[in-house]
Amino acid sequence: MAEISLSGAPDSVDSIQASYMAQVQRRRLYGGLALLIFAVLMVSGFNVADDRNAGGFWEGLHQIGDYPADVLSEAWEKRADLPSLIAKYFPALVETINIAAVSTLIGAIGGLFLSLLGTRGLARWPRLIPLFRRVADIMRAVPEIVIALVLIFVLGGGPVPAMIAIAIHTAGALGKMFSEVAENADLKPVEGLASTGATWSQRMLLGVLPQVAPNYISYALLRFEINIRASAILGFVGAGGLGYELRNAMAWGPGRFDEAAAIFILLFGTIVFFDQVSSRYRNRLTEGQGQ
Amino acid sequence: MTATDLSFAKENADRLFQRKRLIGYAIPAVILLYLIYIFFAFDLPGLAGRANLNNAVTLASDSWSHKVHVTRDNRSGEITYAVEGERKGTYPEGQRPDWVTGDEVIIIDLGGNHIVRYLPENRTEIELPGFPMIEVQAEGRSLISNLPTDLPDWISASNRRIGITTPEGRITLTGSRTEVFNYFPGWELFWFTLDSPYHGQGLATILFGEQIDPARSNIAGAISDWWNNPMWRHKDVAWAIGETILMAFLGTMGAAIIALPLAFLAAKRFSPVMVLRAATRRLFDFLRGVDALIWTVVLARAFGPGPLTGALAILITDTGTFGKIFSEALENVDGKQIEGVSSTGAKPLQRYRFGVIPQVVPVLLAQILYFLESNTRSATIIGAITGGGIGLMLTQAIQTQKDWEEVAYYIVLIVVMVMFMDWFSGWLRGKLIDRKD
Repeated sequence: MAEISLSGAPDSVDSIQASYMAQVQRRRLYGGLALLIFAVLMVSGFNVADDRNAGGFWEGLHQIGDYPADVLSEAWEKRADLPSLIAKYFPALVETINIAAVSTLIGAIGGLFLSLLGTRGLARWPRLIPLFRRVADIMRAVPEIVIALVLIFVLGGGPVPAMIAIAIHTAGALGKMFSEVAENADLKPVEGLASTGATWSQRMLLGVLPQVAPNYISYALLRFEINIRASAILGFVGAGGLGYELRNAMAWGPGRFDEAAAIFILLFGTIVFFDQVSSRYRNRLTEGQGQ
Repeated sequence: MTATDLSFAKENADRLFQRKRLIGYAIPAVILLYLIYIFFAFDLPGLAGRANLNNAVTLASDSWSHKVHVTRDNRSGEITYAVEGERKGTYPEGQRPDWVTGDEVIIIDLGGNHIVRYLPENRTEIELPGFPMIEVQAEGRSLISNLPTDLPDWISASNRRIGITTPEGRITLTGSRTEVFNYFPGWELFWFTLDSPYHGQGLATILFGEQIDPARSNIAGAISDWWNNPMWRHKDVAWAIGETILMAFLGTMGAAIIALPLAFLAAKRFSPVMVLRAATRRLFDFLRGVDALIWTVVLARAFGPGPLTGALAILITDTGTFGKIFSEALENVDGKQIEGVSSTGAKPLQRYRFGVIPQVVPVLLAQILYFLESNTRSATIIGAITGGGIGLMLTQAIQTQKDWEEVAYYIVLIVVMVMFMDWFSGWLRGKLIDRKD
C-alpha cells in the first residue's frame, strides 16, 4: 500500500487520498485490461477452434440431442434386453475397475517411495533428492495415452499396457502430493527411532507412515476415482475393458445402440458409485486426522 | 496401583497389540492375494506370447536413428536413394550419399567391411566379414543364391525372399527389388529436406554467409523451408500443439465461467430453495459422472471431429467438477464480510461482488489453474479420440508403425508442453494470488 511519511503531516490527507484514488484507478485499469485480454482470447480461441472443427458450433448445436435421443429411444424399445446386455458387459467393467485398482495400488507404492526419497529430512540419500523429484515430475507429465499406445504396440492389446501407463502417471502424481504431506510430518519420532539404531526403512515405516497414512490413503482414493475414468478412456484406444467394448458397440452404429446404452449406463453408474464411496471415506479420513 | 489392575492393563495392551499385528499382516496379505488374482485375470503368463520383442527393438532403435534406403528396382534397373524410403526424403537426380560409389557396379559401403555390390543383370554380391561371399541372382519372381542350407539366425532365406540383418545395416532381396538399409544415429532432415537449398549448410553459413537461394534472403528462406519441412511437418505440429492447449484453455475457462453462477445455486448459504439446490447438485453429479469419454463420443456426433468438440467435452465435464468445488468453497465463506458489506446498504448483487467473490477468488483461481494443467493432458487424450491436436498426430504416427522417430519427437513435445503448462499455471497462480492479498 501507499507509503506514509510522517514529515509532511498537515497536507498529507489530500495526498493520501489522491494516491489512493490513483492506485484504485490503476488497479481498475489493469483489471479491465486483463478482463479484456481474457475475453479476446476466449472469443478468438473459440473462433479458431470452430474453424478447425469439422462441423460448426452453431450448425451442430441443435443436433446435440439427436444422438442421445436415438440411443435412448432404441434402448427403450429393447429395454427387455437391457439386463442381459448389462450382464454381458459386466466382465469388461470388472476389467476396467481392476486396471484402475491395480494401477492405483502400484502407483501409490511407487509414489510412496518417490515421496520419501524426495523429501528433505526423510530422504535416504539426500544428494539424490533433486533426481527423484525430477523423475516424479517427468512421470507426471507423460500423459497415460502416450505410454499406453507405445506399450500396445510392443505388448499387444489388453489390460496390461493400460495398467502400466496409468501406474506410471499415478506414481508421479501421487509422488508430488505425498511429498507435500511428508514435508509437514513431525521429525521427532524419526529422530527417536534413529537414536535406537533403527534402519531407514524402520524409521519410515514406524516413524513417518503412521503420521501421513490418512492423507496418503485419501489422496490414493482420489486418484482411484480419476483412474477409473482414465482406464475407461484408454480402453477406447485399444487397451481392453469397457472403453474397448464401447468403441466396438459404437462402430456397429444404429441397430446396436442398445449395447452402447448398456455400456453408458454401466460406466455412469460405476463412476458415480465410486465417487460417492471414495468421497465418504476421504471425508472420514481427513476429519479423523483433525484431532 | 494393585497387581490385578496391572495384569488387567497388560492383558488389554496384549490384546490391542495382537489386533494391530493381525491387521499389520492382514493388509499386505489381502493386497498380495489381489495381485495374485490380477496376475491371472490379466493373463500375465500369456503376455510373453503376445508381446512382440521385435517391435520393441524396432521402436528402441528407430526412435533415435534413421535409415537410408538404397533400392534397386529389378525390372527397370533404376536405383533410388531415399531417407526412410519416403518420397519426401528422396535424393534429387544425380545426387547420392557418399558411401555409395561406382557407375556400372554400384558399391555400397555399410562400414565395418560390410560391402554390398549391385551388379548388372540383377546380380548382387554381399561381402560380410567372417562369412563367405554371398551371391544372389534375381530371376523373375524368385531368387537364386549360393547360401548354404545351414544358416545363422541373422539370415532368413527362401527362394522368394532373403533378409540379412547385420550390426551395420539390413539387406533384403526379393525378385522384384533389392534393398539396403544403412542406419545412422540422429533425426535426419529435421531442419531441411534434401530438395531445400539450405540442406547441409551450417548455421553460420545461413546466418552470415552468402545468399544461397537467389530468390529469398537466407534467414527468411531457411525459416520458411524449415517451417514447411514436408518430412517433419513443423507447421502442422505447432498447430496441433496450439489446438491441444486451446482445447484445454477453452474447456477450463468456459467451465469456470458457467460453473460459478451455478455454484451459487448449489450452495446452502446463497440458495434457500431446497429443491433448486438439490437439482443443481444432481446436475453437477450428472455432468461429472457422464465421463469426458462419453461426452466426447456424444459431441463428436453433433459437431464432427475437431478441437471444438474436445473443448466442449472438457467444458461440460469440468462444469460439474468446478460446480462441486466452487459450491463447497462458497459454503465456507466468512459471513462477517458479507454482513459488513450489507451494512453499507449494498444490494444482493453488490454483496456477492464485494463480500463473497474476494474471499473465494484465491481458492477458485488455484483450482482453475490446476485444472488448466491437468486438462492439457486430458486434451491430448481426447484429441486422440475426437481427432484434433497433438494426440491425433501421435496416434496416427504410432498406427503407421514406421515413423518411430516422429513418435519420439511428438512424445518429447507433449512432455515439454505439459511441463510448460505446469510451470506456467504455477507461475500465474503465484502472481495472481499473491497480488490479491
